[in-house]
Amino acid sequence: MTTSVDITSATSTASTASAEHAAGTTESAAGTPVAVGAAGQVRRRRRLSPGRRLPASRLVGPLLLLALWAAASATERLDPAAVPAPWTVLETGVRLWTDGTLPTDILTSLRRAGAGFAIGLTAGIALALASGLSRAGEALIDGTVQLNRAIPTLGLIPLFILWLGIGETFKIAIIAIVVYIPIYLNTHAALAGIDTRFVELAEVQGLSRFRFIREIVVPGALPGFFVGLRLGVTGSWLGLVVLEQINATNGLGYLMFQAQNYGQSDVILVGLVVYGIFGLVSDSAVRFIERKVLSWRRTLSG
Amino acid sequence: MATHTERLTATGAAATTTAERTAVRLRGLTRSFEGRAVLDGIDLDIPAGQFVALLGHSGSGKSTLLRAVAGLDHEVAGSGGLTAPQRVSVVFQDSRLLPWRRVLDNVLLGTEGEEKGRAALAEVGLKGRERAWPNELSGGEAQRAALARSLVREPELLLADEPFGALDALTRIRMHALLRELWERHRPSVLLVTHDVDEAIVLADRVLVLEHGRLGLDLAIDRPHPRSYRDPLLGEYRERLLAALGVTEDPEGAVEAGLPAGAPLGAPVGPTVGAELSRDRKGPPVTSKDHR
Repeated sequence: MTTSVDITSATSTASTASAEHAAGTTESAAGTPVAVGAAGQVRRRRRLSPGRRLPASRLVGPLLLLALWAAASATERLDPAAVPAPWTVLETGVRLWTDGTLPTDILTSLRRAGAGFAIGLTAGIALALASGLSRAGEALIDGTVQLNRAIPTLGLIPLFILWLGIGETFKIAIIAIVVYIPIYLNTHAALAGIDTRFVELAEVQGLSRFRFIREIVVPGALPGFFVGLRLGVTGSWLGLVVLEQINATNGLGYLMFQAQNYGQSDVILVGLVVYGIFGLVSDSAVRFIERKVLSWRRTLSG
Repeated sequence: MATHTERLTATGAAATTTAERTAVRLRGLTRSFEGRAVLDGIDLDIPAGQFVALLGHSGSGKSTLLRAVAGLDHEVAGSGGLTAPQRVSVVFQDSRLLPWRRVLDNVLLGTEGEEKGRAALAEVGLKGRERAWPNELSGGEAQRAALARSLVREPELLLADEPFGALDALTRIRMHALLRELWERHRPSVLLVTHDVDEAIVLADRVLVLEHGRLGLDLAIDRPHPRSYRDPLLGEYRERLLAALGVTEDPEGAVEAGLPAGAPLGAPVGPTVGAELSRDRKGPPVTSKDHR
């Protein structure tokens, strides 16, 4: 025992001595004092993480792109027939807005997307609950939805036109299908994944079936539902664009389709900007609601 | 205290007929998984207000017994008579707090009365944490909250399935004191399932050993509370319990030497060589002096 202690202390002394020796050498070689042997001085490690985020950093890229676009247009590097200048697009936007074309088309498009989304959302939730909470519901619904999922919804357009005519109904139906599938799938998966330990807890605490669903099943499935909701929102815009550009007589997509025929690239760009705003606003809204509703999760991520 | 009185008056009429009211009564309780009997004809009476610990190796069926009493064994084949009180609370090994409800709302799950919830939280030392989220609590605090949740229902029977098994040793000692203190104030019957001999001895007034689906030793622990882990007289109980669990194969061997009276805090009874041997040497079950 004593021997081993002696050995250790001897080794440590030796290593200290050699370290000091090395430090001395460095100092003399460099000619400047180096804080190698200085006691208590801790040098910070090189940081490998990207560090703190810049303010409004997400906007930097888009703004730069806009500036490049403006600069290229101002110096006439871009063919105005193909890519009109940003201010031309703005002017066209204002003109279309004031003459009433744009508000009408936006309203028509919003109504379609909104109606389809509302139906899809309701159907997605209702089917997921029915299938997730009862074995009979699962047997009836789950396989059917999985089958529906395997068929690309936009491939149903010809059939739906034959069934429902080329009016609003078929457009809303297609959007509803595009929306309900991701909402159903994610909500159902979340319901099926409810921790059985919580089910046991509910039994011990004597919860009624209704309170069990309200206090354990629904909150437990909400994170999955929100994943589906965001996919559904994106899907509703996607469906809208496709539907309005191939067979519509009004709406934002129709406006763009007409502009293509007359070679009005500025009008097409106005339409794209509006679609972009729709997508951004709706996604932000869903994210905002998600943050509010799932506030208990924030403590997990800090 | 209020709870205690309330319960006594509510059951006062029944209590006059029998001197010692029975909270839990098991008669020939049998439970089996895939044809293998995990509980093999258990007869057990737990008088109202008694603190019972149920010891056993892992796989001895002690959790199955607890789940049967709790009424949680839906798809388990079995037979036998089983009576338990109306108000039963269960504390699990994990705190099982719902992460999307604040601590107070977790305590009140399935019941009403915010004031009762606050009082229960204060009783377990979590005053001021009512608005906290469960994932902001430490393991010990979460288990305290789980105790508060079980208390708020004013249980006649408290079932605890290795409630301190996931806690560190120091927290566990504090929780032992808390549980005993809560029991003294509210006097529910307690069935504490554990594999920790010292935990059983320090907390319970009666220790049962479950082996191979049958109750073996039924031992009353007649020592005043609060008990010290270092009480040498508890060593005798420990030895008898360890013998019943088959851990005293060699009196001079490592197992015995590793468990001197009062030394290890919360020494778990793991699978040992002795367990295998005791099966062959099993004599008539030892019965304690004062339990029928």
